[in-house]
Amino acid sequence: MANDLARWQFATTSIYHFLFVPVTIGLAFLVAILQTAWYRTDNPDYKRMTRFFGTLLLINVAVGVVTGLVQEFEFGMNWSVYSRYVGGVFGAPLAMEGLAAFFLESTFLGLWLFGWDRLPKRVHLATIWAVSIGTMLSAMFILIANSWMQHPVGYKLVHGKAELNNVWALFINPTFLWGYAHVILASLITGALVMLAVSAWYLRNQRHVESFQRTAKVALVVLIPAIVIQLSVGNKLGQVESKYQPAKIAAAEAQWNSCKPCSFSALQVGGFNPQHENPTKVIPIPHLLSVLATGTWSGPVTGLNQLQAQYRKKYGPGNYIPNVEIQYWSMRVMAYLGSLVLLLALWAGWLLYRRKLARSRVFLAVAVWAVITPFLMNTAGWLLTESGRQPWIVQGLQKTVHANSPLVTATDIWISLIGLIVVYMVLAAVDLGLMLRYSRRGLAQADAEAAERSETSAAPALTY
Amino acid sequence: MELHTIWFIVIAFFWVGFFVLEGFDFGVGMLHALVGRTESSRRVAVNTIGPWWDGNEVWLIVAGAAMFAAFPGWYATMFSALYLALVLLLVALMARGVSFEYRGKRESARWRGAWSWALTIGSLLIPLLIGVGLGDLLNGLPINQHHDYTGSFVDLLTGYGLMTGVTLVMLCLLHGATFLALRTTGHLRDRARAAGRRIGVVAVLINLAWVVWTLVVIGGGTVPQPTQIFGMIAVIFAAALTNTDHDGWAFFASAFAIAAALGQIFISLYPNVMVSSTSAANNLTVNNAASSHYPLVVMTVVAVILVPVVLAYQGWSFRVFRRRVTASPASADTQPVSLGAAAVATDAPAAGVSSSAGPTTAGGSSGSSTSG
Repeated sequence: MANDLARWQFATTSIYHFLFVPVTIGLAFLVAILQTAWYRTDNPDYKRMTRFFGTLLLINVAVGVVTGLVQEFEFGMNWSVYSRYVGGVFGAPLAMEGLAAFFLESTFLGLWLFGWDRLPKRVHLATIWAVSIGTMLSAMFILIANSWMQHPVGYKLVHGKAELNNVWALFINPTFLWGYAHVILASLITGALVMLAVSAWYLRNQRHVESFQRTAKVALVVLIPAIVIQLSVGNKLGQVESKYQPAKIAAAEAQWNSCKPCSFSALQVGGFNPQHENPTKVIPIPHLLSVLATGTWSGPVTGLNQLQAQYRKKYGPGNYIPNVEIQYWSMRVMAYLGSLVLLLALWAGWLLYRRKLARSRVFLAVAVWAVITPFLMNTAGWLLTESGRQPWIVQGLQKTVHANSPLVTATDIWISLIGLIVVYMVLAAVDLGLMLRYSRRGLAQADAEAAERSETSAAPALTY
Repeated sequence: MELHTIWFIVIAFFWVGFFVLEGFDFGVGMLHALVGRTESSRRVAVNTIGPWWDGNEVWLIVAGAAMFAAFPGWYATMFSALYLALVLLLVALMARGVSFEYRGKRESARWRGAWSWALTIGSLLIPLLIGVGLGDLLNGLPINQHHDYTGSFVDLLTGYGLMTGVTLVMLCLLHGATFLALRTTGHLRDRARAAGRRIGVVAVLINLAWVVWTLVVIGGGTVPQPTQIFGMIAVIFAAALTNTDHDGWAFFASAFAIAAALGQIFISLYPNVMVSSTSAANNLTVNNAASSHYPLVVMTVVAVILVPVVLAYQGWSFRVFRRRVTASPASADTQPVSLGAAAVATDAPAAGVSSSAGPTTAGGSSGSSTSG
C-alpha cells in the first residue's frame, strides 16, 4: 500500500512538474532569440515582444522551480532504500545540477528581470542566454541521473550499494545522449508551439498584427527543424531502448511473441494482457515495427513472453512485463500527435512562404488549439519511459517494490499526497489564469508599464 | 583530512551560506507587511530582495543534493524521518516561492493581501521547520539499527528542536530588519530600524537560552564554545547597532550571528550526522553514512571548479543591485550603499509615496488586510 502510494505521489508530482519544465526551457531559448534580434536590429518591437513573452516565461518559471523542490525531497522522503542504494551514483549528477545549473539559472534570471535599466544592453542580453543555458544544463544533469536508472553504467556494487567508478560513462550513456536530445527538442517544440499559439490568437483577432507576425515567424523557425529532427531522434531513442530495455518497447507495441519480420499495430482493440494476447481488432502495417525497432527491413523483435521467460531465469520469479496498455497508448499519443505537429509545421511553412500566414483563419484557429498537443506528448513520453521500466526502479538492479521508505506509513503518504494535490491544483489554477490573462491583455498595457519603469529608472524599478 | 570530513564541512558551508543569504529573505518576508504600511512601501520591501532570493534559495537545494551525493545514508534517513515536517516545509517553500512573482500580477487588494500572507507565513515556517529538523539531528531521534526512523511526527517536536527553530526565526527576523535598514530609505528604513531594535532585544535573550540549552544537549559543561561566544557577541552587536546609523555593520553583525548559529549546530554534530536516541550504536556518522572514495573525489573536483564561479557571479549580482531601493524616483540615484558608512539621510523627498500615512489613509487598493 505505502509502496503504491509512494509511486502515485512520484508519478503525480513529476508529471505535474514536467508540464512546466519544457515551457521554461523552450521559452527561455525563444525569449533569448527575441532579445538577440532586438540587440542586433535595434527594432523596439523586438524589445516589446521580448518583454511580453518574458512575462509569460516568468509566470511559468515560478511554478516549475517550486515543484522541482518537491522532486528533490521526494527521493529521500519516499524512497529511502533507493536513496541509500544509489546515492553514490545518482546523487552526484543532482549535486552537479544544483551547482552548475540552478545557481546559473536563478541568479541570472534575477539579473535579467531586475537588470533592464541597470545593465549595459550587451551584458543584459548575456544574462538571458545564461538563463537559457542554465535550463538546458539542468535538464542535462537530471537526464544523466534518470538514464542511469534506465541503463546503469559506470558503477560497481560495494557492500550491496551502487557506487560510481567511472563518471565519464554517465555522460556517454547512449540512453542519456539520445534521451537528452529528445527532451531538449521536445522542450523547443513546446516553447515554439506556445509562442505560435499566442501569436496566432492575436493574428486571428487582428491585433498587433505586425508584432505577432514576427513572433510567429520566430516560433516557426525553431519549430520546423525541431519537429523534423525530433521524429528521427525519437525513433533512434526507441532503438536504443529496445537494445537495453527490450520489454519497454515490446510492451509499447503489445508484442507478446517474438516476430521476424514484425508488423506495426497502427491501432488495436484488446490484446493488452496475457489472458487476451490477441487483439479483437487491429490495423497492421507490415514490416514497420522491424524498421522502427531495429532499423532493418525484417529485423527480429523479442516478444514479451520470451522476455519474461529470460528474466525469470536471470532474476528469479516475478512479473517482468510493464503495463502494456499504458505503454501502447503513450507511444501512440506521442507518435501520432508528433506527426500532426509536423504537418502543422509544414503547413505553416508553406503559408509563410506564400506570405499568407496572418490571413489563413483556419490555420490560425488550429494553431491556437495545437498548444495542447505538446503537453500531451511530453506526459506520454515520460509515462512510456518510466512505466516501461517497471518492475524495476533501477533496471536490472533494484525493484520498485523494494525501494520505498520502510517505516513511512500509508497515512503519512496519504496526508502528503492529498496536501500536494490541493496545492498543485491551486497553483495550476493561478498559473493558468495568469498565463491566459497576460497572454491576452495586449501590448498597450505592457508598453505603459515599460514607460512607467523607464521614468523611474533613476531608482531600481519595482519589478515585483 | 579525510574526504568524508571535507564533505561534511562543505555541506555545513552550504547550510551556513543558505541561512546567511536566504535568512534575510525570510526576515524581509516576515516583516514586509509590518514595516510597509502602504502597498508601495510593501513593494519596496519585497523588491529589496527581488533580484536575489531565488539564487539564495539554491543554497538549500545544493545543500540537500550534496547530502544525497556525499552521504546517501544521511539524506535517506533524515528526509524519511522528517517526513511530514518536510511536506509542510515544501508547501511553505512553494507558497512563498510563487508569491514573489504572483503578488504584483493583479491590482486587486485581496489578491495582493493573500500573497502577502503566503509570503509572511511561508517565511516564518521555513526557518522554524528547518530549525526543528537541524535541532533534532543533534538532540537525537529514535533511529533503529537499520538507520530507519521509528518515531512519528509528534516525536519530531522535541523541546530543543523547537527552541532551535524559534532561535533561527528570531535571527532571521533580526537579519531581515538589518537588511531592510541597509536597503531602503526614509520612513521604511526608520520602521525597519525600529523593528530591529525590538527584535534585537528578544533575539539576544532567545539566542542566550538556546546557547545554554545546546551546551546541555552536547554535554559541554558550563564553558561556551568559541563559536557560541562569537555568536552571542554578534547578536548583541546587531541588536545594538540597529540604534545607530551604521546599517552596514548591523547587517554584517546579524549575518555573523546567523552563521555562528548554523556553524555551531554542525560543529556540535561532528563526527555524527544524526544522533540516535535509541542507542549510540545506531548513530549515523560521517563514516557510516558516506559514499565511497571515487564519487567523493569526483564531487570534490566539481566543487573546486564550480563553487568559486558561483560565488563570483552571485557576488557580482549583489554588486549590480547594491543601491538602496525606493519608491521615489527623485532622491535615490546618488546613494550607493557602503558597508558601515552612515548613509546620508534622505527622509524628506523619499517619503514621496506616502509611506508615512497610517493604514487608514493608505488609499484604496493598497491592501491593508495583511498588516499584523
